[in-house]
Amino acid sequence: MIGSAYSVADLVALWISLKLATVTMVLLLLACTPLAWWLATTRSRVRVIIEAVAALPLVLPPTVVGFYLLLFLGPHGWGGRFAQQLGLQSLSFSFGGLVLGSMLYSLPFVMQPLQNAFQAVGQRTLEAAATLGAPPWDRFFSVALPLARRGFISAAVLAFAHTLGEFGVVLMIGGNIPGRTQTAAIAIFNYAEAMNYGAAQRLSVTLLMGCFVLLVIVYAVNRRLRNAVVIA
Amino acid sequence: MTKYRILSPRLAAQLLIWLLVAASLVARADELNVAVAANFFGALQELAPRFEQATGNKLVLSSGSSGQFYTQIKQGAPFDVLLSADSERPRQLEAEGLAVSGSRITYAIGTLVLWSPQSQMVDSEGKVLFNGQYRMIGIADPVNAPYGAAAEQVLKGLGIWEKLNRDKQIAFGENITQAWQFASTGNADMAFVALSQVTDGKIISGSYWIPPQSLYTPIDQDAVVLARTTKRRTAEVFLTWLRQDPQAIAIIKAAGYSVKP
Amino acid sequence: MSLAVKVSLARRDFQLDVACEFPASGVVALFGRSGAGKTTLLRCLAGLERPAPGRVSLNGEVWQDDHNFVPPHRRPLGYVFQEANLFPHLDARGNLEFGLRRVPAAKRRIRFEEVVEFMGLAGLLSHRADQLSGGQRQRIAIARAVLTSPQMLLLDEPLSSLDLESRAEILPYLESLPDRLSIPIIYVSHAISEITRVADHIAIMEAGAVVACGPLQALLTRPELPLAHLDEAGSIFNGVIAQHDVEFHLSYVSVAGARLALSRQSAPVGAQVRVRIDARDVSLALKPPELSSITNVLAGRVIDVTDDRDPAHRLVRVDIGGQQLLARITHRSVAQLGVSAGLAVFAQIKSVALTDRL
Repeated sequence: MIGSAYSVADLVALWISLKLATVTMVLLLLACTPLAWWLATTRSRVRVIIEAVAALPLVLPPTVVGFYLLLFLGPHGWGGRFAQQLGLQSLSFSFGGLVLGSMLYSLPFVMQPLQNAFQAVGQRTLEAAATLGAPPWDRFFSVALPLARRGFISAAVLAFAHTLGEFGVVLMIGGNIPGRTQTAAIAIFNYAEAMNYGAAQRLSVTLLMGCFVLLVIVYAVNRRLRNAVVIA
Repeated sequence: MTKYRILSPRLAAQLLIWLLVAASLVARADELNVAVAANFFGALQELAPRFEQATGNKLVLSSGSSGQFYTQIKQGAPFDVLLSADSERPRQLEAEGLAVSGSRITYAIGTLVLWSPQSQMVDSEGKVLFNGQYRMIGIADPVNAPYGAAAEQVLKGLGIWEKLNRDKQIAFGENITQAWQFASTGNADMAFVALSQVTDGKIISGSYWIPPQSLYTPIDQDAVVLARTTKRRTAEVFLTWLRQDPQAIAIIKAAGYSVKP
Repeated sequence: MSLAVKVSLARRDFQLDVACEFPASGVVALFGRSGAGKTTLLRCLAGLERPAPGRVSLNGEVWQDDHNFVPPHRRPLGYVFQEANLFPHLDARGNLEFGLRRVPAAKRRIRFEEVVEFMGLAGLLSHRADQLSGGQRQRIAIARAVLTSPQMLLLDEPLSSLDLESRAEILPYLESLPDRLSIPIIYVSHAISEITRVADHIAIMEAGAVVACGPLQALLTRPELPLAHLDEAGSIFNGVIAQHDVEFHLSYVSVAGARLALSRQSAPVGAQVRVRIDARDVSLALKPPELSSITNVLAGRVIDVTDDRDPAHRLVRVDIGGQQLLARITHRSVAQLGVSAGLAVFAQIKSVALTDRL
């Protein structure tokens, strides 16, 4: 079953998956942090709408997201036309396109924990910081961010794991190109379709074990952090 | 799970059967659950009412990839008939006893075409493949889709398969429909698709090249009656009708296929 | 030197409308029942609420008017919340240094070691908030605010979330604050007992408005104000420690030309002190009492007699050497003794409390 050696293609597929998960996680954390902070602290009425939009990928099938992305990136879609105007290549069938798709699809998994973590910091704590002379950015970096640490860890883990398992969006816009857009999830699917169950198993188990170990490590670290920070 | 299935087999079977049983007064007409390759789905949608008119039996269609169907049938999916996109899967089903032996027929022969929705892209001799003016070509997965395998054969025969792969200029769709989708949305400049997908009697729009048959193994699309069926007679009637009825043949040809003489 | 405030703020079930000038020295107490708007007003002063319209200025420096709004982090204020609000991710030292660090060195007027010393925080610096008691946390919160070298300190009911023991622990620190720092302090509280220990001025709030504002000593005894009608109504006096009696463990305090005896105090002779006397601890006699266990007797003249909230009692104001003493005695006694304005009386005081400040 798992006796045969890995093919190069398998290792490449795993590498693409890891790369995709990491890049997506990092970019999402960077992009969502300011937005989640704003959502957590604003009293604007637009907030509800933005929250709903950000949660949309949770309820949409990934193939829907992927399909619209395919249209969007094509020469008739806004994304494609915009790229053309800048003289850039379209993102479809590229790693960048996968990143974009994964970011869209994993967005709520980063946004929700971050927003909750920022909200848990509490208005009073931030007011205290303000009365002690900390301007808004200072309050964010020296108070909110450290207190939201656990939210960041959750968000990072969720984004990473969710993207590792990403299938529907990649399927729609990736083009299954070995070494570029063929992720482990797609490779497994292909093996199964070709009835090469041995290879499908091998790759699946690897992915599973890898994720499991990662999650165990992260939750162990998280536990230690939790004991260190208790809101008084 | 393929994306282009209209109804899942089990659900379709149950829902429709109950609905039709409740609504229909014709107690004797049969319903056949037909698993049909994505590329033939359109043609079959046209054929189904004719068949019903001719024999009173209804067809419940499920579209998908032949590979998927094969797997599902092996796991006991309740289809009565399989219209595959290749001849390999039906042959295997026969060999494994999952299809009624002797029921296999070639219902259509597929034609490969290199197509682009842009009218200036593909020339009638396929020289576009050598001019380097394109970014991506879409093809169906060669391992699972016969049209994909055919496309690979053509490209290898032309000596550009290695280069295109090296330069990562080929986008592999899960099935022929996705390959077509890549091109029709403009993300790929062109794609190797089934003639049936881009014809309506004549090519609908865009530009195309039909590679010479000599470059690839003929795409015989075979059909079989599945062993699990409880409506074997009706299924056999259907396959016979498909193979011999002049109206059916006309529709199949108009859909971009040829038939065995 | 004053803090001028003119603010209006509408909340769902409440309207704040205050136009007042507070002295910018000493301790000003904001007193009122829950929901009167004290905390809201304090937050307006700090810039944590944005009243509209609003005008706030300290000694002429405008913090808010029709065109400007200075945000809280730019107002030179220290603010202590009801619940300490320490930063959980920092230890005590980190909390203390948080504000200090954000003050440019040139503007710092108070040193870390000084504050640690007079707030008694020496052993607590490396503790985290969850390892400290309520009283300790509140002390750190106060110290933290003080370390920003503010021009004014705002305290929002700093004791109300603490148990009795913690309150007793902190009060001495609060009492000594005004002398240590020479900045005005605004102290919000609904407990008159705290206020009489700490404050010099008082502003009484009711339903979002300031109904009276003035020196604490004077307002305490005014019968038309609610203060005189509280259960803990009383009066305060300025005095000087005159003598200590070692044998009977007593200290004598000179007040308004007379002497009061209390349990031995730690303050030295000559120290200026504030004496608090509850109205219910005062009884009146027409002649100096003889052979009574009550040794504290003050001679004075009745100013007026007014109704108390309780119909069985009356409030009597007695002038004692220029300061006013409030007494709550039964209606019947007033009638029987014929207590009325101008009558010379002897006030017998059962219990006297002392605060270390003027």
